[in-house]
Amino acid sequence: MKGRKDLLDIEALAVDEINYLLDTAGPFKNLIRQSVKKMPPLRGRHVLTLFYEPSTRTRSSFEIAAKRLSADVTNFTVSTSSVVKGESIIDTIDTLQAMQVDYIIVRHSAAGVPNLIAKHTKASVINAGDGHHAHPTQGLLDAFTMKEVLGPLAGRRVVIIGDIQHSRVARSTSMILRKLGAQVGVFGPGPLIPDDRHPDMISFRTFDEVFDWQPEVIYLLRIQMERQKEQFFPSLHEYHRLYGVTDERLNLIRNKGIYVMHPGPVNRGVELVDGVMTYERTLINQQVENGIAARMAVLYWLQPETGIRRE
Amino acid sequence: MDTTGQQLLNPREIDTKIHRLAYEILERHPREAFVLVGIHRRGVPLAQRLAKVLEEERPGVQTGMLDITLYRDDPDQATFSPDFGHTRLPNDLKGVLVILVDDVLYTGRTIRAAIDALFEYGRPSKIELAVLVDRGGRELPIQPDYCGLRQPLGKESYLRVRLREQDGHDGLFLVDNKHDAS
Repeated sequence: MKGRKDLLDIEALAVDEINYLLDTAGPFKNLIRQSVKKMPPLRGRHVLTLFYEPSTRTRSSFEIAAKRLSADVTNFTVSTSSVVKGESIIDTIDTLQAMQVDYIIVRHSAAGVPNLIAKHTKASVINAGDGHHAHPTQGLLDAFTMKEVLGPLAGRRVVIIGDIQHSRVARSTSMILRKLGAQVGVFGPGPLIPDDRHPDMISFRTFDEVFDWQPEVIYLLRIQMERQKEQFFPSLHEYHRLYGVTDERLNLIRNKGIYVMHPGPVNRGVELVDGVMTYERTLINQQVENGIAARMAVLYWLQPETGIRRE
Repeated sequence: MDTTGQQLLNPREIDTKIHRLAYEILERHPREAFVLVGIHRRGVPLAQRLAKVLEEERPGVQTGMLDITLYRDDPDQATFSPDFGHTRLPNDLKGVLVILVDDVLYTGRTIRAAIDALFEYGRPSKIELAVLVDRGGRELPIQPDYCGLRQPLGKESYLRVRLREQDGHDGLFLVDNKHDAS
């Protein structure tokens, strides 16, 4: 299947493109496990990570994925770049264009910046998170992880818990799950549950209701500490009591065999108790490993318009 | 069974070629251990058949398979098939004599890619090449060490190899177009 130029959000992907990417992530994961550290598909290609928001994990994951495919990688970070000198995004793009990079991986606090960059460059652009909008590779790695343990996702039930309103993870992951035919429910503090969510997405009022729905996966979102200042919920302690996986709820989760996921990094004692990290159906570390394989699949698939094309 | 094209080798002849290849390998390496590594896809059953022929003289001779999809240099990625990563090899190839096995040797680019891929798994003491058919037309300085049939062909000719493990029957055919060859 011929690749697109850019990956900006899950919305743009057709179901067969999603399935292609998930099917390619599998062999890449096996190759990494066989201790094949490098393979040549992106030899001679240059990948640039452009992070206007700090994120060690996501950036490292992309960097490892690109290096495994033999690409050269340059990290362009805000604190070390001329962004602090007031260079506009368009000027930065012109600079990058002149540097002849083939792939640009962008994270920005404002939604739409990756789209803007994609429009003005021949390089392939991958959105690594823009504002509250999208984080497509997170959606892909989450779907890949669920598929590994559950098989086909059609008809499966996943509950996303936390700040749905401000979460690009929730947006991308729920979108890919619904495209693959899974049912998605949401649960969290009232002001953080969007009213304009897709009508198929059930909202729960209590954790008991979540359990009654019999989900196969509980997906915990990270609580962004700055949201607390805006008082969407009374306190972290209250959040934990109402929406966190407590010891008592962990027992129920274990008895029911529900899988637990989280995009990381976790706030222990807020979204979950320590015991979740050692629970045998916690997929959090698997998500990290699968993130590299999913990003390799994306890099392998995209077709930059720079230099010699892979026809 | 599809029988389009001119048959160059019938099932019995293919069997004979495989036996001869096996004994040539033994003759050259009367004592030394080796691993037979089939190139995915049709090299894989060939490597297994060679191992079977050698079973008496070399009980438990090791076999492996090598998938070179990601190592190709030709722009044959148009399909971008997710069907790759079939490599299965002994844990470490360091110091091991590897005999690569494939069905048809043509430009040599597949073998170049296979050698590249092998080195990801260690540094073999030596790599040799066994093929069922050499059809000429090399674009790289690569020659087989063991060859079942030499059949020089022009660019306009295509070979179709059929092996019972993957295709239900054995045969080597000369066909007129690429579509019939695959």
